[in-house]
Amino acid sequence: MTIPADHVKKILINCLCFPETVKELTVSEWELLIRCARHCKLLAYLRWKLDSCGLIASVPAQVLTHFTAAQRIVDYRNRLAMWELNRIRRALYAKDVEVLVLKGGAYQLLQIPFAQSRLLADIDILVKKSDIHTVETYLQQQGWQTAKLDEYDQQYYRTWMHEVPPLRHQERFIEVDLHHTILPLSSRLQPSPELLIEDSIAVENTAYKVFSPVDMILHSSVHLFYDAELNGADFRDLVDLKELIFYFQPQQEFFFEILLDRAKQLTLQRPLYYTLYFIHNLLDTPIPEEYIEKNIGKPSWLTRKLMCYLVPLALIPEHPDFPRKKVALARWLLYVRSHFLRMPFYLLIPHLLRKSRMRMAGKEMH
Amino acid sequence: MKLRQLGSGNLVKQAASKEGVCLDIGAFCVRVKSNEIVFLETLAFLYQDFPILPSDTFADFHIVIKRPKGVRRYLKPQVIFVTDGQQPFEPFPLSHAFPLFEWGLNWCIARRSHQYLMLHAAVVEKNGKALILPALPGSGKSTLSAALAMNGWRFLSDEFTMIRPQDGKILPIPRPTPLKNASIQVIKDTFLNAEMGPLFPKTRKGTVAHLRPPKQSVEQLKEAVLPELLIFPKFQANTEIQLNLLNKPYVVFKLASNAFNYELMGRTGFELVKNMTSSCRCYNLTYSRFDQVLPLLDDLLMQNV
Repeated sequence: MTIPADHVKKILINCLCFPETVKELTVSEWELLIRCARHCKLLAYLRWKLDSCGLIASVPAQVLTHFTAAQRIVDYRNRLAMWELNRIRRALYAKDVEVLVLKGGAYQLLQIPFAQSRLLADIDILVKKSDIHTVETYLQQQGWQTAKLDEYDQQYYRTWMHEVPPLRHQERFIEVDLHHTILPLSSRLQPSPELLIEDSIAVENTAYKVFSPVDMILHSSVHLFYDAELNGADFRDLVDLKELIFYFQPQQEFFFEILLDRAKQLTLQRPLYYTLYFIHNLLDTPIPEEYIEKNIGKPSWLTRKLMCYLVPLALIPEHPDFPRKKVALARWLLYVRSHFLRMPFYLLIPHLLRKSRMRMAGKEMH
Repeated sequence: MKLRQLGSGNLVKQAASKEGVCLDIGAFCVRVKSNEIVFLETLAFLYQDFPILPSDTFADFHIVIKRPKGVRRYLKPQVIFVTDGQQPFEPFPLSHAFPLFEWGLNWCIARRSHQYLMLHAAVVEKNGKALILPALPGSGKSTLSAALAMNGWRFLSDEFTMIRPQDGKILPIPRPTPLKNASIQVIKDTFLNAEMGPLFPKTRKGTVAHLRPPKQSVEQLKEAVLPELLIFPKFQANTEIQLNLLNKPYVVFKLASNAFNYELMGRTGFELVKNMTSSCRCYNLTYSRFDQVLPLLDDLLMQNV
């Protein structure tokens, strides 16, 4: 008998990377696939993948209903997001500020094909640090409200975070995260927001700008490997990265060279190393070896061994009925790692102590 | 095979297995796993006429009803609802496992089933024509749909009206109706053949007892039906029965705000609500007595437009 976890890994990765394999799935395997894909927010993406490979006819009727439902949720979130961007632009009308849209919103603005099946959580925008106060005030004056946070969290956001506390318009349901850079100020990596803004590109027929393709990939890498907690829900980010790379690569000669150079300029070689390594090894999608091996951000032997063991364990969704202890441990270790990268020890220890105290009291945390 | 035919010993064994029990509830197939005997007994009674499907059937929802870990289980045992490894609600007292299951299943349906437009409405059928009763909780739609179900109408649902975009037909989910507080006695007194599950005192909604759906309704759980009447009911004690014809644009707005997923469905939602409103006769209904409301609804359905 196959081990449940291996079974999940096999069917999920196979269906995402070698879609023709869906033809061989049994009904029970379809069921498991749908459960796991839903858990990691890839249900609509899976539908899109199968559709673009002409495989929708191989999908059983009951499975299709789940795909339809998932796609409707994605369409709805995308509609909300585009409307929110429209409203933000209106709120900032005639104000001389440059606004960049990040991540999901950007993929949507650029109409990158996979974005139509990507479940969007919130709107991330970035402005120059010198503009952030102005933008926040304008938005607040026009109906956006700042999440209610206690003194500590407010202080924490203002002092150490790369964004102001989340905003939400009083009449709408989508959160707006307003950033001035892409990593917390306490983080070990400090890519320059000026460089990112300098290279940003205007999106046709909109008043917004987005990161350049390579910067978009680097930002997503940083987010996944330096800011996220790396659990089953973050697996989607790796799939995003794969889609971005293979969407932009054919459009630019020497794409990987440019990507690596830019990573060096922004001191983001390490996250890029992990991205390329795990797309190659975990998603079974070949990346020319030299771009992985020549990256000077390649970690030491020990770190590599550890990450190569922990990341796949933590990132691939668990079998929903058979969670494993070692996965919980791997996720905990990576959770601690993510905090360690986010802030130095003298901040980390009090912060984690406070978080666990809050958790015991059953309160929400950021 | 029907759940009744499985026998309680087999049910307990199968519910404890890796595959669980696949219950066909009409629009969906639910996989249930549990070791809780009392819960399974209630399930077996209230769902007795529902078909059991082979374990390799595709199930839409996975539900585990079990006791949480921790020392508390020796003092004051509790029960949790788990779906796909997630636990969306706080634990319930062990004795309330069945209401927790029903509540959780509602949650699963409401959150995920956007292949259909979902109205927050009870729905019954007679002569191939559906009567939809959209209303807020507390307006008596469960009680009224239970009374109609006990009075010769086919029962489709007391909570969800699932409309299929392809043909505008309503899919049944004839699950047990949770009757609350005074309604329990009213239904018992009015319909002597009404069969109910155990009383669950002190739930979020007061005392709850579930009415077993009529056998005939469960047998027709795969038969979709077109809507004919849209009636917004309101129970008001000691009032004369009142039926007011509604103008259709107003009904469109009412339905749009009543549906669980109108906005999410986008254009499809709008088209469905629009078509349904224009093809149905729409009324507001205020009532206080079954002996008035039941004949009135029978007559109304019979009238030709």
